[in-house]
Amino acid sequence: MIVELGHMALVLALALALLQSVLPFWGAAASDDRLMATGDVGSVGILFFIAVSFFCLMWAYATSDFSVVNVWENSHSKMPFLYKLTGTWGNHEGSMLLWVLILAIFAAAVGVFGGSLPAKLRANVHGVQGLMLMTFLMFILLTSNPFVRQAAVPEGQDLNPILQDIGLAIHPPMLYLGYVGFSITFAFAIAALIEGRLDAAWARWVRPWALGAWLFLTAGIAMGSYWAYYELGWGGWWFWDPVENASFLPWLSGTALLHSALVMEKRDALKIWTVLLAILTFSLSLLGTFLVRSGVLTSVHTFASDPTRGLFVLLILCFFVGGALALFIFRSSSLQAGGMFAPVSREGALVLNNLLLSTAAAVILLGTLYPLVYEALTDQKLSVGAPFFNMTFAPLMIPLVLALPFGPLLAWKRGDILAVGQRLLFALGAAIITTILVLGFTAKGQWLAPLCIGIAVWLMVGSFAELFQRAGFRKVAMPVFFARMRGLPRTVWSTAFAHFGVGVMMLGIVSVTAYETETVASLKPGETVQAGGFEVKHMGYTSRTGPNFDENSARLEIREGGNLVASMEPSKRFYPARQMPTSEAAIETFGFSQLYVALGEGTPEGATTFRIWWKPLVTLIWFGPVLMVLAGALSLTDRRLRVGVPKRARPKADEKAYAA
Amino acid sequence: MLHSVRPILVQLVLVLFLAVPAMAEVRLPEPQESRAQALFAELRCVVCQNQSIGGSDADVARDLREIVREQIVAGQSNSEIRTFLVERYGEYILLKPVFAWHTALLWGAPFLLLIAGAGLLFARGRRTADASATALTADEEVRIAGLLKDED
Repeated sequence: MIVELGHMALVLALALALLQSVLPFWGAAASDDRLMATGDVGSVGILFFIAVSFFCLMWAYATSDFSVVNVWENSHSKMPFLYKLTGTWGNHEGSMLLWVLILAIFAAAVGVFGGSLPAKLRANVHGVQGLMLMTFLMFILLTSNPFVRQAAVPEGQDLNPILQDIGLAIHPPMLYLGYVGFSITFAFAIAALIEGRLDAAWARWVRPWALGAWLFLTAGIAMGSYWAYYELGWGGWWFWDPVENASFLPWLSGTALLHSALVMEKRDALKIWTVLLAILTFSLSLLGTFLVRSGVLTSVHTFASDPTRGLFVLLILCFFVGGALALFIFRSSSLQAGGMFAPVSREGALVLNNLLLSTAAAVILLGTLYPLVYEALTDQKLSVGAPFFNMTFAPLMIPLVLALPFGPLLAWKRGDILAVGQRLLFALGAAIITTILVLGFTAKGQWLAPLCIGIAVWLMVGSFAELFQRAGFRKVAMPVFFARMRGLPRTVWSTAFAHFGVGVMMLGIVSVTAYETETVASLKPGETVQAGGFEVKHMGYTSRTGPNFDENSARLEIREGGNLVASMEPSKRFYPARQMPTSEAAIETFGFSQLYVALGEGTPEGATTFRIWWKPLVTLIWFGPVLMVLAGALSLTDRRLRVGVPKRARPKADEKAYAA
Repeated sequence: MLHSVRPILVQLVLVLFLAVPAMAEVRLPEPQESRAQALFAELRCVVCQNQSIGGSDADVARDLREIVREQIVAGQSNSEIRTFLVERYGEYILLKPVFAWHTALLWGAPFLLLIAGAGLLFARGRRTADASATALTADEEVRIAGLLKDED
């Protein structure tokens, strides 16, 4: 009964979305206030029905209702309760439902919090969101209905064991909040093009939404990276997998969008480019959805490949991307170009940022699609893998990182690069000293890694130069300096910390890539091996039975200079329902570094092969993004951003009198 | 960011990892092993989802590692080993595509895009510079208005 309720709620949401994709547009075109106002109510109504539908599906998962095909295919009565709940979106149908739920949340947020937006802009945004909701609800109901029933079956087929992890509770919702969050900036861009009105105020309204989406996307990608790192059992944290690229592309263009919207807001320049980025960012999100959902690519993310679904998503993609770009081409010439600036200026630095980020995005997009297109044209297979992406991406990022500390220090319109250079001498000194120190500790001839570590330090130190400069370092007395530091706007702090986070991440990446050690050893119980500066002793085997799996593990004692520092227990699990094994690596953190042990094969003599990695500073790879997310969140709380969203003040008494 | 890790057949074999042991891999002496490891990272485990043979537990990956090591011991150069593998498995095996006519667009893209982007910016910059010679910006107008007002 509850399942049918969910199904019906979804159909009702579609009906409302049909209205939503017509009425607000009509209202805006006819300047009819009452028609335009339907958008606000409609968006909340759609959210209500989709939420009801989503929780009904979750209910079916929670109660292990195997008369629902979707639940039967992806759940198991003995699974831990948390995984039963998260299993709701651990499959194609459920994850699409989560996708539209989040789309509806963002649309309703505009309805509820968008009171200060001009009525026409808001109505058009609702219309665009309504269109998207309608198409994706149709997609779910026509090709991916999660509420299909079957004759009751006693036991389910279990969730993919790799997904039976806390990661599934966090990674997809985060990622979708990011992906789908950019639908708002997309809708704003379309609305602005329809109206033909685009000014600095538009950028002020858009920027918090873009920042919010970017936060979630950053967190989602970083979370996914750590999940893959500990779950896949060989310690990789980024694979340039097409599906990863699909999430990374909107991140790159979203980052570019954040920065260009800044120029547009402050200087009324780069308008057309900002609108284009807003369109492209969400288009890349849609492309990612298409690539993952269509079965063009196969991976754990592709829960089921079905050509009808692929075709349907491709049509949605063509409609929105094609429509948006066509609208852009027709209308963008009517938009006024804004303020001018010299090449060396804050604007110029942000343009460089955009040039490098969008080139990187384009290269990754090409690398991801090249094998697909090549195979379609020539019927021959070709691989474009990690070596290609590393070779092309890194050279584009190095100049970006080198130039980054200059950006916030340059003046708007026309900057003085020599003066800025002098303020960064301190960072340069820190970078050079670090490079020399690291060179002293590494083998001869290896200069690239120390240099890259120096560059990371340059960025980390240089990020704080703006804070020091604006607080008047060495120009005022120390107490005044600290007081000024505290008084600086939160956006200045958040800029510093976000850029610092990039440096932290880079330090982690370089350190792991260059200085990681791997030891492969075959050990019988009682035997010891030296790995990464530790003695690793095999203490024996343990087996146990989990709720829906069997587990064999090896107990290890880790000693450093004779002292016991850790006990580790890497294991292999076997999930009988899916006949699938998984490897559960054991990870021990020392400071920012980690010791990572994975089980390999056994030998006839009762020994087991262990792969032991020492990963120096590896956790910085994820601490960096955490800093970026916290910095972004701090920026969202800045008074200026909130005040920037113009709210009609209650007229003061004297103004009222004046008006009268 | 998860990948499907291994094909099902291989998984079934792995299930019995403690009961039915496989031959442990024999590593080469340095510096040959480092060369082999570097090559592993460039070669695709052909049955896996976007994994190099260096990081995969699949049987095929193990066999390929064996082949690479044998070739290194036989004194083949890196490019000879690549050619050998491409003849056997096709270009699909190379995670780093060769540089040739059919990949020219791919490898050329970073340079072309950067140059095109920079060129566009340069052209636009010149256009606005021309415009700025004739017209005052809004800021300048405001400033002039302010100055005139001060004089009043």
